[in-house]
Amino acid sequence: MELLQLFLKSIFIDNMVFATFLGMCSYLAVSKKVSTAVGLGAAVIFVMLVTVPLNYLLDQYILRPGALVWLGEDYADVDLSFLTFILFIATIATMVQLVEMIVEKFAPALYNSLGIFLPLIAVNCAILGGSLFMQQKEFNNITEATVYGVGSGIGWFLAIVAIGAIREKIRYSNVPPVFRGLGMTFILTGLMAIGFMSFGGMLTGGDEAPKKEVVENIAPTEPVEVNEVVIDSTALETVTDSLTQTVQE
Amino acid sequence: MANTNQEKEPLFSKKNLGLVKDPLTDNNPVTVQVLGICSALAITAELKASVIMALSVVFVLGAGNVLVSLLRNAIPSSIRIIVQLVVVAALVIIVDLTLKAYVPDLAKKLSVFVGLIITNCIIMGRFEAFALGNGPWKSFLDGVGNAAGYGLILIIVGFFRELLGSGKLFGFPVFGDPVAKTGLYATGYENNGFMLLAPMALITLGLIIGFQRSRNKNLIETH
Repeated sequence: MELLQLFLKSIFIDNMVFATFLGMCSYLAVSKKVSTAVGLGAAVIFVMLVTVPLNYLLDQYILRPGALVWLGEDYADVDLSFLTFILFIATIATMVQLVEMIVEKFAPALYNSLGIFLPLIAVNCAILGGSLFMQQKEFNNITEATVYGVGSGIGWFLAIVAIGAIREKIRYSNVPPVFRGLGMTFILTGLMAIGFMSFGGMLTGGDEAPKKEVVENIAPTEPVEVNEVVIDSTALETVTDSLTQTVQE
Repeated sequence: MANTNQEKEPLFSKKNLGLVKDPLTDNNPVTVQVLGICSALAITAELKASVIMALSVVFVLGAGNVLVSLLRNAIPSSIRIIVQLVVVAALVIIVDLTLKAYVPDLAKKLSVFVGLIITNCIIMGRFEAFALGNGPWKSFLDGVGNAAGYGLILIIVGFFRELLGSGKLFGFPVFGDPVAKTGLYATGYENNGFMLLAPMALITLGLIIGFQRSRNKNLIETH
């Protein structure tokens, strides 16, 4: 049950694109057609499935303070966490290369549809972001980390397919010239992000009073992104401000 | 930012100046080349975070471009992506440790987004497109110019989001005290807390792009 919750949360509530803006570059560049969007999205899910658990193991047994204790008591004080970035990105780059070669060898059809996107993925922030958030969330076991990785990948897939479909349709609409292309895509993504915010109440039942709901939503994300928490707490301040104001009136 | 361009050194030929100036306006990495959007949006709820992020990227891209440019004849092209990633990752670790040492609060706020400078497409894009084919000095100017163009957008977005969202700039109240109802708040003005949430970052950037295109018609896309 908790795994299911984590899965749904990483797809909808902590959506890579709409909540944390990760992988925006390829999201914007490759979303002109649904078919290419599906290809890249599938490749991202696949690479997330491989790299997140792998980086979880790296983090558990090499990087975190005291992780080297399996080598012997002398290594208990070693803290290699400053190497996180370089090791994670190296894992991702090699895995992407490896996945590309394996897929080319054993599934040429899949390679033909995914092939060109695989190198792009090495520099897709969603992948590195997934691993870094995984490290920050401090999962208990590798299953949780894997579920989180796949969930985030699926969330990214949904986002890019949705915007791809909208961009295919919007070609027939009369968009003001200055917003054509990039500008409109940003505004659309913003509107979609507002839509996705409504998933925030999904795991809490959503029938609390609005103010309580905000509080409920902060709790699960608190260890996740410090950045977002700051945002939420300021938003909360404004809510409290307006409340005190109405009381005074 | 324009002041640095006016130094009268022979090193700053007109062409070299263009390397710094173009990315600030007509060839802006964020609004025209569509690179490096991820971090441009995530950390702009506060102006201070935007400024720190912009400076970090100026450092990483400036130094990284020089390094890659110096190494450009030594890197076999088949493994260049990994070499470039290692160069960026090393520089980002320097930035990360520096931030953690001197501004720990802010480093916490930026959280994983400092690490994500590594996958900032502007950096890989400039390495691939410029540093691999040009000398160190030109690459340095190009790197600084592009990073400054990125930082400019970051600061504009951060300015509007913090001003309209929490009524502050750099953490100092601008419009008065919202609780005590002084200053502008006495007239019934309210902070728009929505500006601080994720979606408004996207919409703000969309509007900035629209504004830039209305000033420069050449940038308008057909679709």
